Order: sequence, then C-alpha cells, then structure tokens
Amino acid sequence: MHYALLIFGDDARYAAMSPEEEQDLVRAYGELTRRLRSASAYLGSVRLCDASTATTRRVRPGRVLTTDGPFAETKEQLRGVFLIRSETLDEALSWADQIPGARLGSVEVRPIRSTDLS
Amino acid sequence: MAGARADIERVYRDSATRVLAALIGRIGDFELAEDCLQDALVAALERWPAEGIPANPAGWLAVTARRRAIDRLRRDRVWRAKRDRLELLRRLEAAPGDPLDVEIPDERLRLVFTCCHPALSLEAQVALTLRTVAGLNTGEVARAFLLPEATLAQRVVRAKRKIREARIPYAVPSRAALPERLAGVLAVVYLVFNQGYSAALVGRGHADVLADEAVRLGRTLVELLPDEPEAVGLLALMRLHQSRAPAWSGDPERFVPLDEHDRRSWDRAAIAEGLGLLERASHHERPGPYQIQAAISAHHAISPSPQATDWRAIVSLYDALYALQPSPVVALNRAVAVSRVDGPAAALELLAEIERSGALRGYVPFYRARAELLVQLGRRAEAARTYRRAVELTTWPEERALLGARLGEIAGGAGGADTSGGRHEWPRSSSSSSRTPTTTKRRAGLWT
Repeated sequence: MHYALLIFGDDARYAAMSPEEEQDLVRAYGELTRRLRSASAYLGSVRLCDASTATTRRVRPGRVLTTDGPFAETKEQLRGVFLIRSETLDEALSWADQIPGARLGSVEVRPIRSTDLS
Repeated sequence: MAGARADIERVYRDSATRVLAALIGRIGDFELAEDCLQDALVAALERWPAEGIPANPAGWLAVTARRRAIDRLRRDRVWRAKRDRLELLRRLEAAPGDPLDVEIPDERLRLVFTCCHPALSLEAQVALTLRTVAGLNTGEVARAFLLPEATLAQRVVRAKRKIREARIPYAVPSRAALPERLAGVLAVVYLVFNQGYSAALVGRGHADVLADEAVRLGRTLVELLPDEPEAVGLLALMRLHQSRAPAWSGDPERFVPLDEHDRRSWDRAAIAEGLGLLERASHHERPGPYQIQAAISAHHAISPSPQATDWRAIVSLYDALYALQPSPVVALNRAVAVSRVDGPAAALELLAEIERSGALRGYVPFYRARAELLVQLGRRAEAARTYRRAVELTTWPEERALLGARLGEIAGGAGGADTSGGRHEWPRSSSSSSRTPTTTKRRAGLWT
C-alpha cells in the first residue's frame, strides 16, 4: 500500500528563516529520508519551488485559461511530497508526524490508488 | 412464535458485537463482515425456531457468517472484481468449521478503537460505534439524533469506505498511543450519553435508548480495560448522573433544578455503584477529567441537602478539571460552584469574564446560569431579559417551552423573595442556576 504525504506550508514563513534554520531543516529531511529507506518505506520525494512560481492552466471547450500562481490562493501551499510504502494508515501517520513541515504547517496523508514511477 | 423471535433476538444482541468484532478480524473487511453477520441473523430467525437455539449461538452465527462470506466472495460480481478477493477467500476457507467447537476470540477492543479512530470525523465515529458496537439500527440512531435516516446511513457508509480505502488498521493502539486514543473513545461514549440524557431531561423520547447504550458501552470498556481509571471514571460519572433521574423524570413540564430534588428519590443502587467505581479508579492514582467530574457528582450524591454540600471541595475539583481541560464550559460550571462559596455577585463577575472572551456566545446554559444568579440577587428584570435571550437561542422546542415556563415564573414574581439587601442570604426557594439541566453540545459535566 502506498501513501502520498503532501506537505503544506506558508511560503513566507519559510522565506523568513535564517540560514541556520534552513540548514537544520535540510538535515532533518535528510535524516527522515534515511530512516524511510532503512525501513524500506521510501518510494520517492519532491521538493517544490515556491507557489509564486506556479502557473495554472485550465483547458475548457474552446479556450485555455492561464492563471499566474497556484490553483487556489490559500494560506498554506503545497511545498513537497513524500511517497511511501505503508501497510496501514497509522504507520503512514507516524511517518507524517516525523516530517519537519508538519510542525510548521500541515501534512495531508492520502492513500494512493496506483503508482507509476517509471 | 413471537416469544421465540424475541429470545433469538436477545441471544443475537448479547453476542453480536463480539461475533462481529471477531469476524472483522478474520474476514478483514468491515462491510463484508457486517453483511454476512446480517445474513446469519436472518438464517437464525429462519432455523432456530424449529431447531432450537444452539448450544453455542455465537459459534453458530460466526460459522454461518463465514460461510456466507465465502459465498459472496465467490459469486458476488462486486467482489469478483476486487483484487484482494483471493487473499480473503484463502483466509476464510482455512478456518475451522464446527459451530460447537469454535471459540470466538474477544476482539471487541479492536472494533471499538477502529470505530473511534481519529481519522474519522466525530460524527462518523458516533454513528459507526452506535451501529456496530452498540448494535442499534440506523432508524434508532437517526431518531435519537434528530437526523434523517438516510443521512445517518450515509455517514456509516462513508466511514466504512474510509476505513477500507485509507487502510485504517483493525487494531488496539500501542501502549504509547493508548491514552490519547482511549480519550477519543470515551469522548464518543460520553457524547452519546449526553445526547440521550439531555433529551430525556426535556422529555423527548427516542433518545433514552442512547443513555442506556452509553452505559452499556461504558461497562464493556471497563470490562475490557479494567486498569484504565478514566474508563472506570466515566462509568461512575454516567451512573451518578442516572441516579438523579427519579427526582426529575416525573415532571416533564418544568426543569427540576438540583436544589429542588427530593434526594430521597435518588437511585441508591446507582449511587453505590458510582461511588464504588470512583473509589476503584482512585486506587490507580492517575486522575483525569472523567474521574474529576465523577468526584464532583459524588459530592452531590453524598450530600443530604444542597446546603450540606461541600462546595469548597467542588470548586477545588473544578480547579483541577480546568487545569486539565481549560474550556470555557468548565469555567462556567466552576463559576456556578463559586457562587455557593463566595456568593452570586462573585460568580457573576466570573461569568462576565467568560462573556468578554466571547467564548460561550449562543450557549444556552451560560444564559441560564447568568439568569439564575441575577434572580438570587433580586435583579429580576435583568434575569428575565437573559432568559428571553436563552429562549431565542435554543433549537429544541421542548427546551424553549421549559425556558419559557421559568421565564414566566420570574417575570410573575415567583422564585423567592427579593434579596438585594441581604448579605449571603440566598433565598431557599429560588432555583440555582447551577442546577438547571439543559441540552448540551459542549458540556464538560452535567449538573443534575
């Protein structure tokens, strides 16, 4: 069973971090990834650029709409994703708790219907 | 044949939860397990009247349900399409088949903790627990919560779907996770109790079944988790609340505040049980919110009159409760106890603080408490205005009638002499705000 751990946070808060805080964060994510790998739970992860760099497209009959920015203007925006293996929701939740971003924002845990990482 | 059917249903009810819990464990799918148990009940109703109730009815039901599950997995089109079908089939076909031998393991804790998993919304937890652990049917639950049956059925369906699709585990939480998860379970049970109890207080039928089911669930939890003092504390609290019912249940036309209870009518057996449970919980020396609330209730239970009650002890208990659960409702209930120690004026100041924080805006018990304190101070006009506000706010027609009746009493000059002059002379005949029972949505503890 696979789960997606979607990390949401306030971009401004991250931008306001000192270099030390940033380094601590990078180190913490690195350690988490190592733990996930040792547990054979790691499938992959992505770290996104800020929501301000996003462009949203909507394809409708006869026209294509382009928006400068993410699909919705919310306080917390998607910042990254972990893809993990886990037998149960509880196990996935305990991995989510270890994500540094969970302390600074929210982590959504979503079961995956199918995975293709070719 | 009516007697036979009633017997069969009773036997079914006594063992259904245990059988269901074990079936889910073996079958591995909530919905399939429930459907098959339902089939087994139908089969029991068809065969037991003629064949007699079997020596091991739980075993009979479990084996029959398992056979039905195998049938469904083989034939049902929906199941044939599912990927884990073969895995499930393999597991089921390997199990022993003799109804006389089969021993049903007690997996009820797994069932309870799964139904109350925090990944489900509180409403879903309540609906699922009542439907599967308590064994109430959808209609009964819907009526008790004043919801359309379809709405409740949907909640249950969605909850089961989430359990399956998100893979909520069918498990008792680890030791580390247990305290928090147990708190969630107890919250569901207490919510059900309050819903039932409050409905009974305003004279609404249908919901009585909820209070009884909550107590039944509470007993099951104490049986399954004898060393969890909060589970014991919750049962004590519920029994102590119930002990007072004889004093108010005879009069559906008006609220009977705790002050006015004929304490001789209180159910002594329920009090004894509640006190005994509280004593038992205290041996663990792990206090918690339910034990504290039970202790407060116990003070009333052992006091022959409102005047003889140890109000200072009750205020201390509220201090302890507030430290654990700093909610405005606890602050409100504490303020009412304070009025008995330091007078209504002091309590009104505490209420004013709560009001300034904006926390209990629209919360009917707040207005009732305020109004009754004002009555004690002889400020009738203000009290009446406050009661009018409460009448506007309540959503239960029965409560509106009862509030209206009290409003009439105050406006009409009833409820005791004017005391704007006296020092610490609360009129004996006036009702205390602390006692008025009301509907509850967020209560930390009931007062009646």
